[in-house]
Amino acid sequence: MLDATLTPPRLPAAPGVGYKAQHFADLRDAPGSVKWLEIHAENYMGDGGRPHAQLRALREDFAISVHGVGLSIGGDGRLDPDHLGRLKHLVSWLEPSSFSEHLAWSTHGAEFLDDLLPLPYTDATLTRVAEHIDEVQEVLGRRMLLENPSSYLAFAESTWSETDFLAELVRRTGCGLLLDVNNVFISATNLDYTPQSYLDAYPLAAIGEIHVGGHDEDEDDHGAPLLIDSHGREAAEPVWALLDHALAGTGPAPVLVEWDNDVPDWPTLRAEAERAASALASVPAG
Amino acid sequence: MTTTQAEFRAALLDPARAVPDGLTDPKGQPTSRRFAVYRNNVTVALIDALRTGFPVLCKLLGDQNFDQLARLFARAHPPTSPLMMHYGEDLPAFLDSFEPLAHIAYLPDVARLELALRRAYHAADRTALDPARLGALDPDVLMQTRLHLSPTVQLVHSRWPIHDIWRYNTQADAPKPRGIAQPVLVTRAAFDPEPHALTLAQAAWLQAIAENAPLEKAVDAATAHDAEFDLGPLLTLLIQHNALTDISTPKD
Repeated sequence: MLDATLTPPRLPAAPGVGYKAQHFADLRDAPGSVKWLEIHAENYMGDGGRPHAQLRALREDFAISVHGVGLSIGGDGRLDPDHLGRLKHLVSWLEPSSFSEHLAWSTHGAEFLDDLLPLPYTDATLTRVAEHIDEVQEVLGRRMLLENPSSYLAFAESTWSETDFLAELVRRTGCGLLLDVNNVFISATNLDYTPQSYLDAYPLAAIGEIHVGGHDEDEDDHGAPLLIDSHGREAAEPVWALLDHALAGTGPAPVLVEWDNDVPDWPTLRAEAERAASALASVPAG
Repeated sequence: MTTTQAEFRAALLDPARAVPDGLTDPKGQPTSRRFAVYRNNVTVALIDALRTGFPVLCKLLGDQNFDQLARLFARAHPPTSPLMMHYGEDLPAFLDSFEPLAHIAYLPDVARLELALRRAYHAADRTALDPARLGALDPDVLMQTRLHLSPTVQLVHSRWPIHDIWRYNTQADAPKPRGIAQPVLVTRAAFDPEPHALTLAQAAWLQAIAENAPLEKAVDAATAHDAEFDLGPLLTLLIQHNALTDISTPKD
């Protein structure tokens, strides 16, 4: 369990966007309501050059959230000590307001598979993931946030609901949660439950950040709807409705617009951030 | 029933394998379309990373051919690190022995150049050498001095005109490639890597400098290729592009 006094400053309860280099100048000239930026940790693990220079400039004007996509916290092997060391180095010089990772695995043996792969919710998984979160928080000296995945299939062996599984991880490790409402909508549609029931069972008090993003629509072998987490367009209306639903429970919170593929021009992305700002403006202070 | 990550991974990169047991739709039925989402995500992510990392190779081959090559390469050589900025280090060697493209013999060296540009982009920042320190040296001392190259500096040897090929495929109005051997130096004056064509003598000099030889030994290596070798233009280029960081004189 992490010592709570190590907890760093939190992200502002305002809109943020996933940072893309093509928006560097726009963000400084016309940020609109955007108060913070999220970066993918692994993209800044080179030795220097423009990525580092841009981050050094941006951290003067924006709070920064470091979002890892490569730690493989759900992996069945031990965490890669080299990668943990690189994360520690990044977090030490950048001093971000938040560090988050995913409830997923992406590394197997020496291979990195560059996707967030799913986990069965069992006692064995719970023990392993809790140990990994403990290790991350100990090495980084800070509380981390864990993000709920987008699921396309179920494991026959699962014995926990995802919400109970997350709540138990919070209880065991003291970690916080990153609630991705797009992922909730995707998983609920794909696995046939209502997203509202998921939020009603979710440990809202542990939320340190919320994600909204876009998805694509497909069908499975039997013609059932299959939503794909693409981060390549505006968030869908039901996802914005879920954001309102979540914010009603949490009060004002940091809300991130994720748009990683077919990245649009700045006015289009900023319009999504302004929509998040409106959602936040209509939430009674917590 | 448990579905191990080893089983999941094996089926992920081999579409001929059956979907692992224990993965279902919400009604508990087996599903291949759902597993295919993960298969597709991984393959598309790796192909996209290679497209981003090797734009000239992609242009030379065309999108369809490049994607076929990338798919074969990705299945045989998945990334070995979460640092996707380095993905594809094995592609030149893969191309060296890739029979279907053996008739385009310069492809592996073009891939090496694109990797060198990427390495330069992410290399560490260093303060450049004040050239006055070189100018202040006595000529005898100068010839025994070692030059320290910035980590941004990359040297790609080739017997193909890879600089011309790179330029022809990235710049409008670039002349057609000539039939000459073209080693390439990559520098990064600020943030943008820039390739420069070298003569064989210049490449031999730079190789010796990179191996920490004193200037005199490096000049010997160059004159073995070209008795008329003139150090001036390359040294000027290195200084102008912040490619030197320090010097060691014999008395250091």
